[in-house]
Amino acid sequence: MLDIRRRTGVLLFVVMMGHVFLISVQVQSKSGVPVLQAVTFGAFARVQSGTWSAVHGVRSFWDNYVGLRGARAENESLHRQVADLEVRLQEQRTLALRATRLQELMDLKASAALPTIAADVIAGNPNPGMRTVTIGRGTADGVQADMAVIAPGGLVGRVIGTPAAHAARVQLLIDRYAAAGAVTERARAGGMVVGVDKDPPLMMDLVSNLADVKSGDAVVASGVDGIYPKGFRIGTVEVSERGAQLYRMIRIRPAVDFSSLEEVLVVLVPARSVVSEAAPAPAVIAK
Amino acid sequence: MRTAGVLAALAVAIVLQATLSGMSMAGGTRVNLVLVAVVYVALAFGAVTGLLAGTAGGLAQDALAGGIVGVGGLSKTIVGFFVGVLGAQFIVSQPVPRFVMFVGATFVHELCFQALYALVESRVFTIQYSAVLLQALVNGAIGVLAFQVVEGTPGLLQRRHSRGAMFSRRRY
Repeated sequence: MLDIRRRTGVLLFVVMMGHVFLISVQVQSKSGVPVLQAVTFGAFARVQSGTWSAVHGVRSFWDNYVGLRGARAENESLHRQVADLEVRLQEQRTLALRATRLQELMDLKASAALPTIAADVIAGNPNPGMRTVTIGRGTADGVQADMAVIAPGGLVGRVIGTPAAHAARVQLLIDRYAAAGAVTERARAGGMVVGVDKDPPLMMDLVSNLADVKSGDAVVASGVDGIYPKGFRIGTVEVSERGAQLYRMIRIRPAVDFSSLEEVLVVLVPARSVVSEAAPAPAVIAK
Repeated sequence: MRTAGVLAALAVAIVLQATLSGMSMAGGTRVNLVLVAVVYVALAFGAVTGLLAGTAGGLAQDALAGGIVGVGGLSKTIVGFFVGVLGAQFIVSQPVPRFVMFVGATFVHELCFQALYALVESRVFTIQYSAVLLQALVNGAIGVLAFQVVEGTPGLLQRRHSRGAMFSRRRY
């Protein structure tokens, strides 16, 4: 009988061929391995949820009891900030009222707010090479693949893979395999924002060298990809240089702080209908 | 018993990695606990166990990460096998050689992982050496610490037990 422990070379060859076959199947069909991924993710999501609860409990205890030493100074600082923000709020209200009046004058339809659902980030990615997180909402809450995920700052990413009943995987915009249709707010120069393994972690591609894009320009979603709702903020242009070929080299600082994502909103609109509805951007997000 | 132990170690590594990444995105990229577990298993139990642990850990990581299933699996299989072979050829019972193995394994894994993705996705092969070096050093430190804890704990418990017994005899 063949003792596999004595035939390590054969075993290595067989296992490697198995992997190559598995990879080639996915590359050819572009459909992934739904069963394996769904079963593993579904089972692991429960464990992640339990671990998150335990970690959340410990952090909560720490934040609420142990970490309150600087609370008084922070409280005073926050009081000052609140006072400052109240003044700004008054200004914003005035601007909002003016905008509403203008909108009514132009006889535009009032845009319906996008339906969203709040979700906790229950885990990060077990693979350091990928920028994804797991959220605690799934198919039971109406979450589907390719739905956009947002945060108060702007776009976060999209749901990928088959969501479990109470969990879903979100590909962050800064993942090197993520992309979103984008446009600069000032000059309306269109392009595609992709994630890169550098700092800042976003790059805007396919923008002509002739386009007027400057450092400090805001970049928002264009909606052409059919996933991300139009007008949601992506980030700010940090570097804009003339490229060697046809396109500019534009680096973008994301509007969302991806290093401390705790809660997000899932836009409960299936991917394609975002384009067909072409809803105007909510003023709250596209600051 | 060994299989159960290896599978439990891999499962714990995946859970810890996911939890760490959830708490801090930057922290999650600075260590690869599944790779640490695979290298540890390969050094402790040999090439075959390292190879199979690499396959299991890599496939599980791929399935959870959402990328192409098999890329991480193949990278960790190669790493697990060669670390196991090198561990059998050389004396790696001291912290420094073990540290070198963990650091080297991290570089080899990252090279395989990025090269496979570049091949599959028809992209340009890029690697951030400073980030990989940092991850390699952290992986090495955690791996060596894990060896020290696992190997030192039984002796420590035995010493405590014998000390307790000695005090008991003196008292009575």
